[in-house]
Amino acid sequence: MMHILGKLTLEAIPYDNPIIMGAAVLMSVLVLVGLFPLFYYKKWTWLWKEYLTTVDHKKIGVMYIFAAGLMLFRGFIDAIMMRTQQVMSVGMNHGYLPPEHYDQIFTAHGVIMIFFMAMPFMFGLFNLAVPLQIGARDVAFPFLNALSFWLFAVGAVLVNLSLVLGDFAGTGWLAYPPLSEVAYSPSVGVDYYIWSVQISGLGSLLSGINFFVTILKMRCPGMTLMRLPVFTWSVLASSILIIIAFPILTVTLALLLFDRYFGMHFFTVDFGGNAMMYVNLIWAWGHPEVYILILPAFGVFSEVVATFCKKRLFGYTTMVWAIAVITILSFIVWLHHFFTMGAGPDVNAVFGITTMIIAIPTGVKIFNWLFTMFRGRVQFSVPMLWTLGFLITFSIGGMTGVLMSVPAADFQLHNSLFLIAHFHNVIIGGVVFGYLAGLAYWFPKIFGFKLNERLGKCAFWCWIVGFYLSFMPLYILGFMGMTRRLYHYEASTGWHPYLVVAAVGVAVILCGIAFQVMQLVVSIKNRHHPDYKDTSGDPWDGRTLEWSLPSPAPFYNFAHVPHVHDLDAYWSEKQEKLNHPDTKHVDRSYEDIHMPRNSMLPIIIGAIAFMFGFAFIWDIQWLIILSGVGLLVATLIRSFDYDLDYYVKASEVEAIERSLGR
Amino acid sequence: MSTTSVTAAHHHHHDTEATIVYGFWIYIMSDCILFASLFATFIVLHANTFGGPGPKELFSLPYVLVETFLLLASSFTYGLGLLSAFKQKQAQVIRFLLLTFILGLSFVLMEVNEFAHLVMEGHSWKSNAFLSSFFTLVGTHGFHVTMGLIWMLSMMIQVKRHGLVRITLRKLTTLSLFWHFLDIVWIFVFTIVYLMELI
Amino acid sequence: MFKILKSFSCAVALFGVASVLGGCDLVMFNPKGAIGLEQARIITIAFILMMLIVVPVIIMTIVIAWRYRASNPRAKYDPEWSHSTTLEILCWGIPCIIICILGTIAWVTSHTLDPYRPLDSTTKPLTIQAVALDWKWVFIYPEQGIATINYIDIPVNTPISFQVASEGPMNALWIPQLGGQVYAMAGMRTRLHLIANEAGIYDGGSASYSGEGFAEMNFKVKAESAEDFAHWVESVKASPHGLTADKFNELIKPSINVPIQYFSSIAPHLFHDEIMKFMMPMGSDCSPTMSLSE
Repeated sequence: MMHILGKLTLEAIPYDNPIIMGAAVLMSVLVLVGLFPLFYYKKWTWLWKEYLTTVDHKKIGVMYIFAAGLMLFRGFIDAIMMRTQQVMSVGMNHGYLPPEHYDQIFTAHGVIMIFFMAMPFMFGLFNLAVPLQIGARDVAFPFLNALSFWLFAVGAVLVNLSLVLGDFAGTGWLAYPPLSEVAYSPSVGVDYYIWSVQISGLGSLLSGINFFVTILKMRCPGMTLMRLPVFTWSVLASSILIIIAFPILTVTLALLLFDRYFGMHFFTVDFGGNAMMYVNLIWAWGHPEVYILILPAFGVFSEVVATFCKKRLFGYTTMVWAIAVITILSFIVWLHHFFTMGAGPDVNAVFGITTMIIAIPTGVKIFNWLFTMFRGRVQFSVPMLWTLGFLITFSIGGMTGVLMSVPAADFQLHNSLFLIAHFHNVIIGGVVFGYLAGLAYWFPKIFGFKLNERLGKCAFWCWIVGFYLSFMPLYILGFMGMTRRLYHYEASTGWHPYLVVAAVGVAVILCGIAFQVMQLVVSIKNRHHPDYKDTSGDPWDGRTLEWSLPSPAPFYNFAHVPHVHDLDAYWSEKQEKLNHPDTKHVDRSYEDIHMPRNSMLPIIIGAIAFMFGFAFIWDIQWLIILSGVGLLVATLIRSFDYDLDYYVKASEVEAIERSLGR
Repeated sequence: MSTTSVTAAHHHHHDTEATIVYGFWIYIMSDCILFASLFATFIVLHANTFGGPGPKELFSLPYVLVETFLLLASSFTYGLGLLSAFKQKQAQVIRFLLLTFILGLSFVLMEVNEFAHLVMEGHSWKSNAFLSSFFTLVGTHGFHVTMGLIWMLSMMIQVKRHGLVRITLRKLTTLSLFWHFLDIVWIFVFTIVYLMELI
Repeated sequence: MFKILKSFSCAVALFGVASVLGGCDLVMFNPKGAIGLEQARIITIAFILMMLIVVPVIIMTIVIAWRYRASNPRAKYDPEWSHSTTLEILCWGIPCIIICILGTIAWVTSHTLDPYRPLDSTTKPLTIQAVALDWKWVFIYPEQGIATINYIDIPVNTPISFQVASEGPMNALWIPQLGGQVYAMAGMRTRLHLIANEAGIYDGGSASYSGEGFAEMNFKVKAESAEDFAHWVESVKASPHGLTADKFNELIKPSINVPIQYFSSIAPHLFHDEIMKFMMPMGSDCSPTMSLSE
């Protein structure tokens, strides 16, 4: 007889494991602390009306980044646990984590940092900046945008739920079969993995389509493609990669699910399954994914360098072409993740060389940033510090990457800690630094006040020092023959001192994160102080359209749709005013603005999608059917609703603009 | 000034519909990649029968040919329906949609019947990798067609309720893209899964 | 040929010293076989080549940022300067040249160091069949008719031809001081050719994560003279245990920290059957794949 709750029983709660329960309590406390102001100020209606049901891209962006921050914390705790385990677990001592728990932690760390920290952080920045940069009033599909966010949120909730209900995958972040098949991973861990990534991945795909169409169709008059800010270019490239790569991920995870749930044989060891196909498919998504994340970071650096050097970006056209070349090449390099699978020397060499070729446009971009600083006026503000840190760190990471693209060398370096050091080198030094720079850069535009500079600089120095302390020893450990994912090792290997240094590095990064939290608290406290408050809307003397708006930007963004005449649209407008100060300010009248209505459907669809995933994970069949029907009904309700938008009256626009001092 | 505002709004609406159709195109492109991945898995696994019977023993070409013609015909009738929609002939649109729906439904029923036969004869998706990939690829197409059928039903109601207005016309256009796309995918399914295996 | 390798081993050792912490045992730069030596050489050359770009970039970053700092009024300021054909050619050209050189190296060495390529040697190679089980290695010596668990004994200066397979999850056979790794997969035979040019005991293990007992899948490789190796084979032949099909099926069951074991005989076609059982139905020993949706 089927149990009414499928495989779900009270035993699924690991209440006898103090570490997991401790982590769960910590996470709950974290969430409660986050929610405390809402309880205190009774802001629930405000939250529901202004955020949870919003379709405004700026607010969705804020929610993305808020969630990414929480997930960064969670993923970072995983990192601390791994580092302490490896410091302790040497020789006779086996540390404080049993292997099956350690395995879940490194899997969760990878999954969370890529899918639930980097991706939402990236979409957050897309949402904050892109429509403002291209002079649009919203993205092309605001409803879909909200839905994307809620699908991501469902994935994040599922990953964290696995902490207290059942377990998470202990397979590594890409869940290679046969290990991830039922025969070797019979628990619900891999199912949590599949459903959390699958549902949030669907959200990512929809966002990719959304921003692609937004950039191509929603630009203001005069904003030709070759006048797009470089950040927007990078978002366009990233969106193209998402549109092409994410369906492959969807298929790959679906096939693994079919193997596990329906007893199919795509990747099983017997009945004709082929695990190598999974490895190929997952990397056909996985490698473009790396560029999905890094290209927008490149975009942020391009904006930051030009702004904080008070100088036009060097080689705009080259930058755009470099992005385009990277976009194309990123699809023909995936095999370099498994040279050791025996594809033969010709295939290996071809993929090795295509990988190296990517270094050329990347190198060009680095030179162009340097030439932008050349003969500029470099201000060492926080975003600029992140950029300088990136230039040095990423050069090293890029170099070690090219090193591994030589197949003969990779046979030694693959799966060693050298590899781990390399990809953290490019992901932290490139992606994380880039996104943090972007956050500091656009923060005043969204919230109307700047972040504390001094604390931001402290955070930067902790991050960069901590980074080098954490990961340079890992390069050496790789040379010493240490493989990844070891929960225990022998004292005779001589690895221990280096792992201690790495652990110290993680502690330093933790200080950096603490400084960032302090920075946020101090800045919010002083938000009305003249040093923090952004009254002009243009705190950095910016170059692109978003800085022409008041801070925070009104919900409709632009009262008048701008007309663009040049690259660096706002900069040239300001120059024009400087050169012709006597030009009369034309008092244009306002017109009605067409805006989409808020909707509670995205969060409801998210809730149903959560139930759908949860039901599959625990094999609760009635709930699978019920939530499946629920998804269909919700879609139809949306389809039958023809009252989706409204007009903001011209008089209302005028009142808002006057109150903002325009 | 007010007149310009109205035309601007009208222009804006026109723009919105075009943007949605464009976005739908992009969605179809991503769906293309999804099917391409499934085709790739089928091609990789099609010989992995683990000692079981292969396509030659399992499939019947005439049966699939009938399915193919049903789906092709449904694309044709949908095209006629869309033409009448642009001519604002509401009753005719609904008739053609109904005809398309019946043809599509027959296709799905024939496919379900084929699957049921295979499973009852002991050749299910659990039997081997070849059959896993067959059921997944063909089933995914069938699932898409089913969703298209539900969408078509909802469109019949929406056309009846709202007439052939801007929004319904746009929705009919996107559904037509979807429906023809599924037809093209089926041509590939027919060629790669059935034809190339059987001759 | 060997002389060149020797001189390069010096260069490699130099690099080891130059590396921040010269004292530690960088096994990758302390190779004991021709393959490992060559791989260390490639890593060194690629590293030096790329330093040609990375070092100037790092220096330029620091120098330019400092020279053109906003508080330095003497530095030239040219806010509209954003194009220079010469610089564009340089910044595309220099990386292109470096990548051309590296690409050539990559192409040539991925052929000369292809793990599937038998080594050039007058000595007859020794075949070892390695099977990764959960979580131990079984090494079969088909020519000697013996097998071991978690231990390899090889004669020096003799090419070793590994045939690698796995019972379940993927693993990778890796002996860093002899050379690079290759994946071990179920239903498949991958190959790896290595050689030890110096007697000694080297660490080996699995490089690809395969589950709970992965960290304990280590083994020692002992390289010794041909006579000592022959003695060793004799001593194993004296072992009371044989590796029968039943014994092998027992070994397949997951276990951690398995001690070294010797088998004086092996069941016929053991390695072949181990691979083929995943390709065709062979009766009861196919592990049935469970379905969750019963």
